[in-house]
Amino acid sequence: MPSPPTRVLTGNRLETGDVLWWNGHDWSLHIADAVAIGDEGEALAARLVAEERINDPVLIDVTGEPGAFVPTTTRERVRASGPSVRADLARGSLSVEVI
Amino acid sequence: MYRYDQYDQAIVDARVAEFKDQVGRRLRGEITEDQFKPLRLMNGLYLQLHAYMLRVAIPYGTLSGTQMRMLAHIARKYDRDYGHFTTRQNIQYNWIKLEQFSDLLDDLSKVEMHAFQTSGNCIRNISSDQFAGAAADEVEDPRPYAELLRQWSTLHPEFSFLPRKFKIAVIASDTDRAAIQLHDIGLQLRRGGVGDSGGDLGFRVYVGGGMGRTPIIGQVVRDWIPVGQFLSYCEAILRVYNRYGRRDNIYKARIKILVSELGIDEFRRQVEAEWALLEPLGLDAPRQEYDRVIAQFAPPAFDPAASDDLDLSDPDFRLWVERNVHAHKAPGYAIATISLKPKRGIPGDASAAQMDAVADLAGRYAQDEIRVTHSQNLVLAHVRKADLYALWQGLDAADLATPNLDLVTDIIVCPGMDYCTLANARSIPIAQKIAAKFEDDAAGQRDLGELKIKISGCINGCGHHHAGHIGILGVDKKGEEAYQLLLGGSGAEDASLAKILGPGFDENGIVAAVDKLIAFYRTARAAPDERFLDTYRRLGPAPFKEAVYG
Repeated sequence: MPSPPTRVLTGNRLETGDVLWWNGHDWSLHIADAVAIGDEGEALAARLVAEERINDPVLIDVTGEPGAFVPTTTRERVRASGPSVRADLARGSLSVEVI
Repeated sequence: MYRYDQYDQAIVDARVAEFKDQVGRRLRGEITEDQFKPLRLMNGLYLQLHAYMLRVAIPYGTLSGTQMRMLAHIARKYDRDYGHFTTRQNIQYNWIKLEQFSDLLDDLSKVEMHAFQTSGNCIRNISSDQFAGAAADEVEDPRPYAELLRQWSTLHPEFSFLPRKFKIAVIASDTDRAAIQLHDIGLQLRRGGVGDSGGDLGFRVYVGGGMGRTPIIGQVVRDWIPVGQFLSYCEAILRVYNRYGRRDNIYKARIKILVSELGIDEFRRQVEAEWALLEPLGLDAPRQEYDRVIAQFAPPAFDPAASDDLDLSDPDFRLWVERNVHAHKAPGYAIATISLKPKRGIPGDASAAQMDAVADLAGRYAQDEIRVTHSQNLVLAHVRKADLYALWQGLDAADLATPNLDLVTDIIVCPGMDYCTLANARSIPIAQKIAAKFEDDAAGQRDLGELKIKISGCINGCGHHHAGHIGILGVDKKGEEAYQLLLGGSGAEDASLAKILGPGFDENGIVAAVDKLIAFYRTARAAPDERFLDTYRRLGPAPFKEAVYG
């Protein structure tokens, strides 16, 4: 059986709309800080939804190793790095080149 | 230009206060996101891929220099120094913070602007002809009627929760620069209708047009409605739609589906029956209100001595004049279009500095008035020909003098998956790659003539791909971007819907396919001035398909 994909937790900060990544105990602006989420993911996401401070928390599939996770879909890679057409606005931890 | 009266300002102030309270309650955790989302959407605030996105309404695409400077200020203070002009003649900001939103709304309202009804299932911003009030071929300025529609539809209690969004466009000439046949209601102002002596004004009314998932060209529901009764007639259309439009299926909720399912004759019968009940109630604006609004759109005091002479000895200026300047109804004046499709740029984007530059130039040379076009460009509608050279120099200094209006590099593009949560694929990079093949070859672009490429990142069609001579639609293919190729669309008076040519492509494949299409067109056109669209209509899709897939 193939191993389940690695998942990380992401969402948007209510106050700013910033894209955030769960680093195991808090939220980070950088996917490089994201930690792999195991079976506790759904419960964690549900708790965050209930707390109403993070919008649209969701678990997404990634490839690679901790510190260098790359989302599997183009959409999430764009979301993680910034608009591919504005490299000057990239978030720093993930180059728009990965898109 | 229309200026708010005390009622307009009071409405905006009250709505801003209401939404500021709602924002505060959300930030304090007193309401949930599920409760807040429909409220913020009704005020033009979306949550997109990277941040909140705000869509600001620019009624019928007209704004003053003061308003443009405020848009620049908002870009600078609340966003990342730029904004994106849209195919709905609005502007969007991509990096808005909810915690700063109240201050932003206050700033907007200081210049008689707001963001409500730029989202949600209501009557959206009324769009119009960017050459209104200046075009030689119009019967009258259509914007007073667009303004009356704006007032009628603003917070209309009966039409704030329609089955789906509703878009209305108004023009006043036979040349359609606003794609009225692709709107829910399209209104064409005309002089002299059936049974009329020839001197009165009335509208031909199209209904049920639209793009998106189910593209349909609008049909004439009434060939003539006197201007004095057009609001109640629109009310009757909206009432029939509001009553019978489908709320059970979002994909079948637009009025175009209702009109298609009923048939235009039955739909017309129902509208006429409704109007027969409504019209006697006196819902239409009184004559003095028409006069008040029309007076605010009085043309500027054109100088009758303004010269028609134009020194075209500067070759770059000449290129720009030939491409981006149109005839004005007043002798000695011209209409100048400012391309927002510069080399290696992002279609529709303008920096805060560019917005300020346009405002300054409008104040100096164009009666302090600016228009936004549905093609994501800007227009200065009243420029003395004697000032065109100085205007061009000012635009050139701000990288706003690209001479490519309606050419292959003047591409309409939605934000696509670089910004939008709904998108399935990026659209801006496709436009940039196509443009890159032509943008350094001005003569080659001109040789191709009018060629409208329109790109959408999803089926919702914000990039008007169904109205493109060449349309490109981004789709999702197992999490990766793919692109469909469509040909033969037009949003003009010769409206037609583009059809899919064949199997889709990846990012590089779609660019190569467009290259092949254009190469084939060069060899197949019957004459140098036969447009790409006309060659396609003459030959049909088969040879184009062979050129791409053969």
